[in-house]
Amino acid sequence: MIVFQYDKTFEGLLTAVFDAYSRKVFPERLVSEDEPLPLFAEQVHRVITEPEKSTRVWKALEKKLTKSVCAMLMHVWLSELPESDELLFRYMRKAFDAPMSIATYFADDDVLEVKKIAQKVSREREHVTQFVRFQKASDDLFFAPASPMYNVLPLTLDYFTDRFADQIWLIYDVKRRYGYYYDLKTTSEVMLDNDEYLLSGKLDEALMAQDEKLFQEMWKEYTLSLTIKERLNPKLQRQYMPRRFWKYLPEKN
Amino acid sequence: MNEHVLDKLKVLAESAKYDISCASSGTTRKNRPGTIGSTEGWGICHSFTEDGRCVSLLKIMLTNACIYDCAYCINRRSNDIPRATLTVQELIDLTIEFYRRNYIEGLFLSSGVINNPDYTMERMVRVVKELRTNYHYNGYIHMKSIPGASRELVNEAGLYADRLSVNIEIPKEQNLKMLAPEKDHQSIYKPMFYIQQGVLASADERKRFRYAPRFAPAGQSTQMIIGATDESDKDILQLSTSLYQRPSMKRVYYSGFIPVNSYDTRLPALKQAPLVRENRLYQADWLMRFYGFRANEIVDDSYPNLDLEIDPKLAWALRHSEAFPIDVNKADYGLILRVPGIGVKSAGLIISSRKHRRITASTLTKMGVVMKKARFFITCGELPTFTVNEVTPEYLRLALMSKKSSRKEPDSKQLSFVFTE
Repeated sequence: MIVFQYDKTFEGLLTAVFDAYSRKVFPERLVSEDEPLPLFAEQVHRVITEPEKSTRVWKALEKKLTKSVCAMLMHVWLSELPESDELLFRYMRKAFDAPMSIATYFADDDVLEVKKIAQKVSREREHVTQFVRFQKASDDLFFAPASPMYNVLPLTLDYFTDRFADQIWLIYDVKRRYGYYYDLKTTSEVMLDNDEYLLSGKLDEALMAQDEKLFQEMWKEYTLSLTIKERLNPKLQRQYMPRRFWKYLPEKN
Repeated sequence: MNEHVLDKLKVLAESAKYDISCASSGTTRKNRPGTIGSTEGWGICHSFTEDGRCVSLLKIMLTNACIYDCAYCINRRSNDIPRATLTVQELIDLTIEFYRRNYIEGLFLSSGVINNPDYTMERMVRVVKELRTNYHYNGYIHMKSIPGASRELVNEAGLYADRLSVNIEIPKEQNLKMLAPEKDHQSIYKPMFYIQQGVLASADERKRFRYAPRFAPAGQSTQMIIGATDESDKDILQLSTSLYQRPSMKRVYYSGFIPVNSYDTRLPALKQAPLVRENRLYQADWLMRFYGFRANEIVDDSYPNLDLEIDPKLAWALRHSEAFPIDVNKADYGLILRVPGIGVKSAGLIISSRKHRRITASTLTKMGVVMKKARFFITCGELPTFTVNEVTPEYLRLALMSKKSSRKEPDSKQLSFVFTE
């Protein structure tokens, strides 16, 4: 069995594709550097990530496929699902080897799988834009916790930066312990050193802005009054608004 | 902001909740630097209430006091319910603060009629105008146009709102007159016509001047109450078709009648809102908008009402079994769309992937086609299977009927004991 070791970054994966084509050796498994090698690994190659190689592969992909398909590959990468890197590797290889674009070849298992995972990730992205709730702190910062299933925060920045352009905000992924901070001009990635007090997802009342509590209360009461009692359908509610998001919603707490 | 507003908010949400529309789609407005808000092409649902309906907009009334006495409405003047009125400033503050916290996608402003239609409409226009001009708010605004409002006010509202709407409520005019003697179709169709004129005029202007103001860029919508009066599904769907033929009409909503004023004898006594019928009407509506069906294909004189047990597309296919089976490897998009169990998405997938290789039953399953239904209506170059013509439409209807409803009917073989005391 041929195995490639790489550093589990997207650039690393693209470099692995480059190496495979230049050495004309195609791996059956991709593993990280500290992971134990699978049984029967006869031939092991260690991929050293190089930006020139990875950008070359990415550019070639953009030429071969469309922009939206390349975005789909990025989505699959952000899913962080086990073996999604091997799926991407196979997809890229098929894309390069096929005479015509494979973007619509949904009868192929890998092409369909990539589409399905990308769809799941983009749904999760949408869930984050739907259910992130800002809490206003006393220093006028709007803080929102999130713990999405896939690592979709980078995909939501367009939305948040465009929409909340005149307020300072921080969205923090409490599961992956990083976030994005917007200072009225640019959005930047932040990692907080002592973020323990944020992990509950609720601002302490001492840190809240004056009216914050009232607005949360108002929103909760509003959604309760909006319910038509003759048509109760909690199952449908859970289907559209999965339980895992409820812990940060003022209307559900 | 204080506790009073909280109480008013509760009262007014309670009154506004029977308006079904919550769409926030149809406009894209990017944020201008330094201002708040943006509008996405597809709206975003920010929450869902316990009845499973989405909360995308802050759906609220300016006031729930009303001079009219419509039998189907919770806010009719003879009802003894708490009344409240929000000031223009309170409404603006609520919208902006909720928006900043990502609770909502925008504002849906409606109102009971106070004094006269123009007086009410003028105050509503003031809210949306202030939001757009003084607060530089770019979020979505859906505004109800009050029946009987003047052309000038409708025109002004269209400059600030994304979508305007007037509710038809009751499809037939004589029934509307019976339940709401103070209203007629004239007062509803007139503002609708003003909106349409505004949209067309602005579209025409923008062809010549790039920065000419947009007028209600997301068009208009309307709503009908289902089951309060004796209209058949045929009447309803034909009315929807004629509405959709108007250039600016984007959506018709159907609202299953909820007996809010059960004391009124003009209304039917219902145990529960006709939810299944409402659902079937929406399915029929989708067929007309996205599947290329015409109203008279779905319902006609011999079948004036939709089949509640099976969906309208399956019902059509069973009535027209001669059109099947369809070969998914050869048929064009329009025909594939007519197969029960294949939706817009899977039809698109089939068309694009059969360029590469032949489609088989197992690929169809993987693509998300509901083979339970579809397998009776297609061939895909495999061994012949039983199609609708072999198993007969009558049998298929029974087999595919939703299980829940068939279970409700008592089993005739089962003896039932009734114990009386």
